[in-house]
Amino acid sequence: MASRPASFLAYTGLWVLVIISVVIAVTFGPAKISPAEVWGSLLHHLGLGETSLSPLRDAIVWELRMPRVLAALGIGAGLALSGTVMQVLTRNPLADPFLLGLSSGAALGAVTFLLIGAALLMPVGAFIGSVTALALALSIATLLGGATPSRAILAGICIAAVASALTSLLIFWSATGDSYREILSWLLGSLSGTTWGDAGIVGLSLVLCSPLILLSGRGLDAFAFGESGAIGLGIDIGRLRWTLLGATALLTGIMVAIGGAIGFVGLVVPHMVRLVVGSRHRVLLPTSMLVGALFMLWSDTAARSLFDPRELPVGIVTALIGAPVFLLILLRYRQVT
Amino acid sequence: MSGLVVGHLQVRAGKSTILDDVSCSAPAGKITGLIGPNGAGKSTLIGAVVGLRPTARGEVTFEGRTLLGLPPAERARLLAHVEQAATTTERLRVRDVVRLGRIPFQSTWQATPSTEDEAIVEDAIGELGIAPFAGRLYHSLSGGEQQRVQLARALAQQPRLLLLDEPTSHLDIEAQLRVLGLLRRRAAAGCTVLVALHDLNLAARFCDHLVVLQQGRVAAEGRPADVLTAALLRDVYRVHAMVSTPAGSSHPHVIYDDVIDASGTSKSG
Repeated sequence: MASRPASFLAYTGLWVLVIISVVIAVTFGPAKISPAEVWGSLLHHLGLGETSLSPLRDAIVWELRMPRVLAALGIGAGLALSGTVMQVLTRNPLADPFLLGLSSGAALGAVTFLLIGAALLMPVGAFIGSVTALALALSIATLLGGATPSRAILAGICIAAVASALTSLLIFWSATGDSYREILSWLLGSLSGTTWGDAGIVGLSLVLCSPLILLSGRGLDAFAFGESGAIGLGIDIGRLRWTLLGATALLTGIMVAIGGAIGFVGLVVPHMVRLVVGSRHRVLLPTSMLVGALFMLWSDTAARSLFDPRELPVGIVTALIGAPVFLLILLRYRQVT
Repeated sequence: MSGLVVGHLQVRAGKSTILDDVSCSAPAGKITGLIGPNGAGKSTLIGAVVGLRPTARGEVTFEGRTLLGLPPAERARLLAHVEQAATTTERLRVRDVVRLGRIPFQSTWQATPSTEDEAIVEDAIGELGIAPFAGRLYHSLSGGEQQRVQLARALAQQPRLLLLDEPTSHLDIEAQLRVLGLLRRRAAAGCTVLVALHDLNLAARFCDHLVVLQQGRVAAEGRPADVLTAALLRDVYRVHAMVSTPAGSSHPHVIYDDVIDASGTSKSG
């Protein structure tokens, strides 16, 4: 067990890493801006000093790159938290918002609202889509004879396929030219064109949902030996399950509405963190959240700068890293799937 | 003081009735053995007391307080349960599994176990003799080792009522005797113990009181010497057996002979 000072040091270290990463990630891009200039602009906008940058370059830092970097942090944190919670509640080491079909469901909900002209309500559509997909995946898995990990994934694949097909159909019917391309790249997962409004929605959903999840560490620990184990340890499992499934569906829905269907973050990050800190959720949840934020930030930075001036959808980067890790997890847990 | 009292309990699963009008008791500070053939309802009865299974009718009280309907957290501070087999997909070390037993006593805001929690956990680890592998991963242990870890976790709950579902099924003979000896000491210290057992001789040797279940009903209840008879073994277990009480002992001893076939006679007879 990590002692108190050790885990305090680890958290502090991760937070420092997050701040340094933000400053460095903002320097990436066609206009060359140094970390010191980014730091100066940051302090200026927080009302703590003067910036040395010209208004144009300052706008590149503050209006173009900063919201995108912060949204990436928030989306990574949210997806990693959602994945961790789902893996415990479904007792499924392979559970992930993407693999259980939540992301595709959210995408369908979001595109539907977008195309009927209610762009502002996209997050609501995404939430409805992700809740519906989760409920369907778990009930189909139960119909197949009990929600084992592999059945839940098979049900998730089925739902993802239907939702993606319906989404493509909607786009095929209604979208034209540019919006068509934009929606496609968003479906693959992309943070291109993120505004302060987007970053704000991501931040707000984290502020609403993450305390509920972070304070459930004790209850999630009790789930180690399944429902009966949790009841035996005095957990009100009905209340805990519905609170957490609601919070994760909301988080996933909002993250997809803003960033598109970005896969594998919720799967890869919790597993990597578990290898280091173990399965005690009071440590695992906050650590996964910070590592997820870092993972997403650097994936997105790679996506927008590797093939500059062309930009990769970030979902391709996370899938390239995540799919091989998914295979490793499959091999590791072959006895329980 | 009255220990655990079960009155007219009925448990249903869909249309079938698993427990029907079960009334029995587990006296305070004693070991009560729950015996009966496979499918008699032993695990269901324990599950109903723990709160894992909804009950259709009847009541369960412990030390005069009703258990059914008690808030889950309050119940977990009163009683602890050891399942027949408990598996996990989590990466948990043995010490972390025992620490789970302190969850009912911790607040939502508590990030790490208190010094008192840690002392209780170490005591439980010492009592079960699992210290040599306390740092190993739970899922890498044998079935018998896992059972002892689960029992240590239950002891860490410092229960006044301990319910165990075949806690010795994966244990070798030495470990079986050690675990049952431990239950004896806990009972002597005031804990009420209800334990489902398959081995009738272990039940006769260690239990103060026996409850025999057959097809969801209580077939007999009382002291081992009164309950364990050749007639009961014939009617409930459908076997021919001799029951004798060795000179100088108060525990009956069962020697099995053969099964009774459909016509009601012994196969070999």
